[in-house]
Amino acid sequence: MIAALAAAGPVIPDFGTGGAATSCVRANHAFCVGWFRDNWSGVFVPALGQHIKLTVIALVVGFVISAALALLAHRLRWTERSITIVTGILYTIPSLALFQLLVPITGLTLLTAEIALVSYTLLILFRNMLEGLRGVPAEVRDAAHGMGLTQRQVLWQVELPMALPAIFAGLRIATVTIISLATVAAFVVDEGLGKPIFDAIQSDVFKTEIFAAGGLAVAMALLADAALVVVQRLMTPWVRARSR
Amino acid sequence: MGAGEVAMSTFIDALKFIPQHHDLILHKTAEHLEYSAAAITVALVVAIPLGVWLGHIHRGSFLAINISNVGRALPSLAIIAIGVAVLGLGFVNVMIALVVLAAPPMLTNAYVAVDGVDPSAVDAAKGMGMRPLEVLLRVELPLALPLIFAGIRTAAVYVVATATLPAVAGGGGLGEIIVNQASYRIAGVVAGAICVAALALLAELAFAGLQHAVTPRGLRGSQTLGPGAAVLPPGELSATQGAIPR
Repeated sequence: MIAALAAAGPVIPDFGTGGAATSCVRANHAFCVGWFRDNWSGVFVPALGQHIKLTVIALVVGFVISAALALLAHRLRWTERSITIVTGILYTIPSLALFQLLVPITGLTLLTAEIALVSYTLLILFRNMLEGLRGVPAEVRDAAHGMGLTQRQVLWQVELPMALPAIFAGLRIATVTIISLATVAAFVVDEGLGKPIFDAIQSDVFKTEIFAAGGLAVAMALLADAALVVVQRLMTPWVRARSR
Repeated sequence: MGAGEVAMSTFIDALKFIPQHHDLILHKTAEHLEYSAAAITVALVVAIPLGVWLGHIHRGSFLAINISNVGRALPSLAIIAIGVAVLGLGFVNVMIALVVLAAPPMLTNAYVAVDGVDPSAVDAAKGMGMRPLEVLLRVELPLALPLIFAGIRTAAVYVVATATLPAVAGGGGLGEIIVNQASYRIAGVVAGAICVAALALLAELAFAGLQHAVTPRGLRGSQTLGPGAAVLPPGELSATQGAIPR
């Protein structure tokens, strides 16, 4: 594709700008600020919004399923191994393959993208939640029971708060992972920051669009990570108080 | 025919596709493994010595730990696309993109592994008169090996999975069958996806076996070596130890 372009010489790709391409765009320089500014609201804002939507749905659904699995494995120890194996297999399957395996069943839909994205959150969230719940010292649990708390109260008032740091650690990894993987989802749903990347690859590897979309995905991941750190600090004030 | 039956027959066609086109599948698998093996080897040579050395001198924790956090935020699709955009399509260029993705987890795990070796074991070795290089080779490395291998395993499985993506930019490997529905039809696409999934799972099992083999007998059992144990990005490991949130 690139060799053909070079051989063709003066044939100038307009990279979807409808003939209004600047010299920077025509020469396909590394980053054309003008093009990026012109297409910010038309291309990147919608893609960002869709990317956030893809990520949030996957995280919320993944969180609920993982929480249920973690509570199950916390109560019934023997279920842990099979849950770890199944979620481990799901985690290992490459994203592009998983999307394509689901297409015959659920079609080129948002559902296909979300099933795949959710399946990547499960192992991370499940293991961290379980580790958090297990990390509660036995004497703390005994003391709570001794104070007359029921099983349910122990879970909500003692175990869950103490597991929060581990849960947040898992949530942070899952969030960053999903933001990165959601770019591949554009292969089946035409949504998110992967769409400009695929478009750019198809229009003779237009560099500006690839760098812009890739950069936005990284920025979004780092921002989301930072936001989760702030939320965690607010929700677990005792962790900082203790370390002082 | 209902939607369920259509899906069923697609999968049956896909399973038939594999033996029917075994030459194609074998050729693409070989290409896929070439990319992966080259990238894993280069990443090993670059990242492991650096991580081990930083861990040995207990310096550079900020770099070593955060590089894998940043690495995880890099979208593999964008890295591959940027690699192709800047360097052009070609074996070496695709490999470089894969190395960028494989090196961070290796570096972080190698650092955390060596840095975290029990200081009393190191003190004892020094007390016995071992020279620094002997301490590294005979005490720190054997004790750190399981964790170092966990990082290699994470990176290797990631590379085998991600070697699917260069195909979207015109590269080879099994991904080429997956993205080329025009030539291979839906049966071929699903067949390709099945092969990639199987390859990734095999890589995971192979490296899990390798990790078990390099674990000193005394450390076995204290480590969770079951499936999925080390599939996690190494951050998870340090995260639960409180090393990540910073």
